[in-house]
Amino acid sequence: MNVGLQHYLIVSGLLFSLGLLGVVVRRNLIVIFMGLELMLNAANLSLVAFSRYNANLDGQVMVFFIITVAAAEVAVGLALIVALYRKRQTAHVEDLTTLKL
Amino acid sequence: MILLAPLVMAAGTTLFVRKDRTLSALFNIGGVVLSFLLSFVLFCIYGGGSVDCTPFHWLPVEGLDVQIGLHLDGLASLMLLVVTGVASLVMIYSTGYMHDDVSYPRFFSSLSLFVFSMLGIVLADNFVMMFIFWELVGISSYLLIGFWYGKPAAADASKKAFLTNRIGDFGFMLGILMVWSALGTVDFATAKAKLAENPALLGSLAGITGLLVFMGAMGKSAQFPLHVWLPDAMEGPTPVSALIHAATMVAAGVYMLCRVYFVYTVTPGWPAALGFLGGLSAATIISLIGAFTALLAAVIAVQQNDIKRILAYSTLSQLGLMVMAVGLGAKSANPSASMYHLVTHAFFKAMLFLGAGSVIHACHHEQDIWKMGGLRAKMPVTFWTFLIGTAALAGLPPFSGFYSKDEILAVALETIPILFGVGVLVTVLTTFYMSRLLLVTFFGPARSESADHAHESPGSMKWPLVALAIPSVAVAWLPLGEFLSGHFDPAHHAHGGDIFFGPFNHNPVAAFFGFGAALFGFSIAFSLYWKAAKDPLPATLGTLSRAMRNRFYLDELYETVFIPLHNLASHVADWIDRWLIAGLLVRGLTGATDVAGRALRLAQTGSIQTYAFLFTVGVLLVVLLARK
Repeated sequence: MNVGLQHYLIVSGLLFSLGLLGVVVRRNLIVIFMGLELMLNAANLSLVAFSRYNANLDGQVMVFFIITVAAAEVAVGLALIVALYRKRQTAHVEDLTTLKL
Repeated sequence: MILLAPLVMAAGTTLFVRKDRTLSALFNIGGVVLSFLLSFVLFCIYGGGSVDCTPFHWLPVEGLDVQIGLHLDGLASLMLLVVTGVASLVMIYSTGYMHDDVSYPRFFSSLSLFVFSMLGIVLADNFVMMFIFWELVGISSYLLIGFWYGKPAAADASKKAFLTNRIGDFGFMLGILMVWSALGTVDFATAKAKLAENPALLGSLAGITGLLVFMGAMGKSAQFPLHVWLPDAMEGPTPVSALIHAATMVAAGVYMLCRVYFVYTVTPGWPAALGFLGGLSAATIISLIGAFTALLAAVIAVQQNDIKRILAYSTLSQLGLMVMAVGLGAKSANPSASMYHLVTHAFFKAMLFLGAGSVIHACHHEQDIWKMGGLRAKMPVTFWTFLIGTAALAGLPPFSGFYSKDEILAVALETIPILFGVGVLVTVLTTFYMSRLLLVTFFGPARSESADHAHESPGSMKWPLVALAIPSVAVAWLPLGEFLSGHFDPAHHAHGGDIFFGPFNHNPVAAFFGFGAALFGFSIAFSLYWKAAKDPLPATLGTLSRAMRNRFYLDELYETVFIPLHNLASHVADWIDRWLIAGLLVRGLTGATDVAGRALRLAQTGSIQTYAFLFTVGVLLVVLLARK
């Protein structure tokens, strides 16, 4: 079969949904972060696909930025998780409800 | 200056010298006497002319300009003399009468406040200012009647007085509003001028306006049906009764009617609904009400046994005559008879009340006349002044009462003869019950312990009595009638000549009937009450006598009809306030806000995953909606 743009976009969409599902459903903070990363990479995939099929390099340049920012964000996020773990002795998101009214 | 002196004294006393009894009394007496002297001076300077003074514009809004202004003319300066003169004498008297009272300073400052308010009414130059001082007088009356506020009867009486007054004031306010809407001004001089050039300005509202303004006088001067507060007002100290319920406050109503007389001299007019009143003018209705009050009060007085209540009903009756005269004078635009009687009445009634106070004081606060007797020998000065007062009230020449009452009877004879008959009947009854009072109290055997031990009053009480006796006799000898007529109707011709026997020459029918009526009443009273041990009338008149003694059950009627209605209205108002306004609106609003808050709070779970989920849902919604 001919692999067209729509296949890439569907894959990207599926990946995004899976990532979202992980964020919403899973309880462990690290796993939530992994879902977050997955969502970002799904966006990357769709950008690259568009860039290839529209012969426009702007998409790929944007991907560069996204990867960089994602890396920085992971660094900061993991640092926060470690600090939180040291404070609360838990990595369960259900235990973090201090903002509840 | 005159206006302010008593106010300053009242305020000063209340604030500063409460502790020192003598000083507070002196302050207040000084204030009032000062006013009296100034009034006298002004009277001499201005005579019958007029002068205005407008310190400032109080309320200059579009369409209405209310000033605080003073207007002094012949009518006002005469009234000033009466008010300040009687007030000074009453205050001097009070130093003796209230001597043993605990709240001695409060009494004097209240009296000064009253004098201030009364002077305000006299000097006011527009409706609104007069209304303000009208209400102030009501407050002063409330304070003074309820002076002994520990006594439940006194507290009730003062409340009753104020509330009844208030009903009258409501009518008065409506009348003022009507005058303003028709004439565009509340100033007396301007309104008078406008009506003079165009008598039909009030149109079909003329009658109603007149009656509404009269309602104010009805409340203040205690005409039927608002007369019920005056007898109960006797719960206050006797000097209070003398000052405000004999001479000045109740006269304020009559004074006001004379002041706004231009409202009553317009062509009669009634709106469609009251068309059956036809050619009757408001003035005629006023004279009928006045006559009825006079007769009713005189009849009730015949069977009263409390000395102050007899005098109270006598005041009611005389006020009725004054009001009747105001109404009757409308044809000739000249209510001078009424003002004349007001002046003479002020003097002799105040003296009678003070004399009664003297008697009460001597009999150790006993007020029932059937427990007194034979006081003539023991209290000669009081007796003689009381006798003079009675003669003046009954209308015997050459005392002042005869001349003023004769003027009223003459006017009645010329205008509505039936009311002349009523006036004569009232004179008979007046003489009858006053003679009854005199004979039972001062002659005959002493009927109780306290009467036996009575003695003459101290000097501070005696001399004001004597001082008041002089005007009671002599004021008629001054050409007051001419002075007043000249004020109202500049074209009036002088009677000329004879002062003493003038009435007999001028209008013999009225004079002889008046004189004859007085003698007739006295002779009946003499035959019944000379050396009487107890009242013979209840036996002969039976039920009628009981009805008279119980004031024809009018108070009870009001109690059964109006009080329950009033209570019902207040219950309804309370229900509305409690359940609708506080319940539904106020608590409803807070409750609704509270519930909404709690509902919204449920969204703040603190759980990240919930937030992420809601976020996603939001994004989906946006995407879906944007596709349209």
